[in-house]
Amino acid sequence: MLEIKGKNIIDINVNGTIKSVVVRPADTLLYVLREQLGLTGAKNSCENGDCGGCTVLVDDMPIKSCHMLAVEAIGHNITTIEGLKNEPIQNAFVEKFAIQCGFCTPGMIMNCYALTKKYPHATDEIIEEWMESNICRCTGYQEILEAIKSVSS
Amino acid sequence: MEGKNRGDYMISFDFDYYKPNTIDEAIEIYKYLSLEGKTAIYYSGGTEIISQARIDKIRFDAAIDIKHIPECNIHGFQDDKLFIGSAVTLTKISDYYLFPLLSEICKKTADHTARNKITIGGNICGKVPYKEAILPFLLSDSYVVIAGVGGKKAVPIAQIFGEEPQLRSKPRLNAGEFIIQIITERDYTMLPYINIKKAKQGKVDYPLVTIASIEKDKQIRIAFSGICPFPFRSAEIEKDLNNDSVAPNERINAIISHLTAPIINDILGSSKYREFVLRNALGEVLFKFRGENNA
Repeated sequence: MLEIKGKNIIDINVNGTIKSVVVRPADTLLYVLREQLGLTGAKNSCENGDCGGCTVLVDDMPIKSCHMLAVEAIGHNITTIEGLKNEPIQNAFVEKFAIQCGFCTPGMIMNCYALTKKYPHATDEIIEEWMESNICRCTGYQEILEAIKSVSS
Repeated sequence: MEGKNRGDYMISFDFDYYKPNTIDEAIEIYKYLSLEGKTAIYYSGGTEIISQARIDKIRFDAAIDIKHIPECNIHGFQDDKLFIGSAVTLTKISDYYLFPLLSEICKKTADHTARNKITIGGNICGKVPYKEAILPFLLSDSYVVIAGVGGKKAVPIAQIFGEEPQLRSKPRLNAGEFIIQIITERDYTMLPYINIKKAKQGKVDYPLVTIASIEKDKQIRIAFSGICPFPFRSAEIEKDLNNDSVAPNERINAIISHLTAPIINDILGSSKYREFVLRNALGEVLFKFRGENNA
């Protein structure tokens, strides 16, 4: 049985590299990514699992990192926006102008990336179901949808 | 307004974390912590626990994460019974479609990314009053397998989420007990059903009204969430609904009069509006199963 009492050093796999971090069991994954590893792509926004700005991938599945303890990440592969390089969905966001203020963009891209990996030819229904998890305050949804479709088709 | 400072913790208090690999380990650590005078909670998806801890609405000394216990991850049929472990996520349940009514309800709960973390055990044991995933189990007379200091036991779901008001808002579990699995007869998973969720706006919202209904032996069974401050199934209401000797509108009036708690009146919807939505939803149920129009 794994036991973690008080502050401890744990190893987590982030973007393909094992990172040793000092955590309290109460620390969220979002907090550790941003404050200990300097990976500020995942945004600290609602902190309540509502906005999707902090979305990362855990074993290729989108998860809101504000709703996950860092200790839960032990043994799993975490991918943040910093771990994606030149992916088609990133280029599609640029080409389709799917960015306005950009605050929601990392979370959006992580969710879109997972979606297009799992469903290379996603239907509108699936796209809508997945993307309801992320909020764009600028309401630039149409361009985001076009970016996803340009990668899916 | 003060902003967040770099380094602010999301959760302000400390707790210890335990990840048992077996049911016995989970129970033993709970017992040990209790003897030490510590407050322990069982932790699965953890979404609600983290949200509540962040705003200091709950405090505890230890979290016992049950996600790695094999029995809590079972998801499939054995001997004509569907076993669903308490740590199975809502996404998995909605994707696999083993119990279509349950899958559809799970698919309408929270949002897709959240469902990747929310577990069925967390949904039905949480403090949020809606607990929509419990409705199909109430309709199907499912059994809940509970582990505790005294061992394992399977009890009818109505025993821990029954009709009595004191059972409705939270599961009746003794200290140290947690739900391992929910068991449902295969026959129930194949019955005709209807699921209606009406929210104030959009699809990702708490319900004004959620109805789950099945037909078994020509009798309609129905369970509700969003109407009263707890999910429920009521024998009296089902008697009203199946009273074919009176007109649909009268049946719906009888159902409304037999709600045993006041209809929720909050920012999502006034009680009058919820009643209006409920009446229409009940009309849909009658039309689905009886072909009757309540207009």
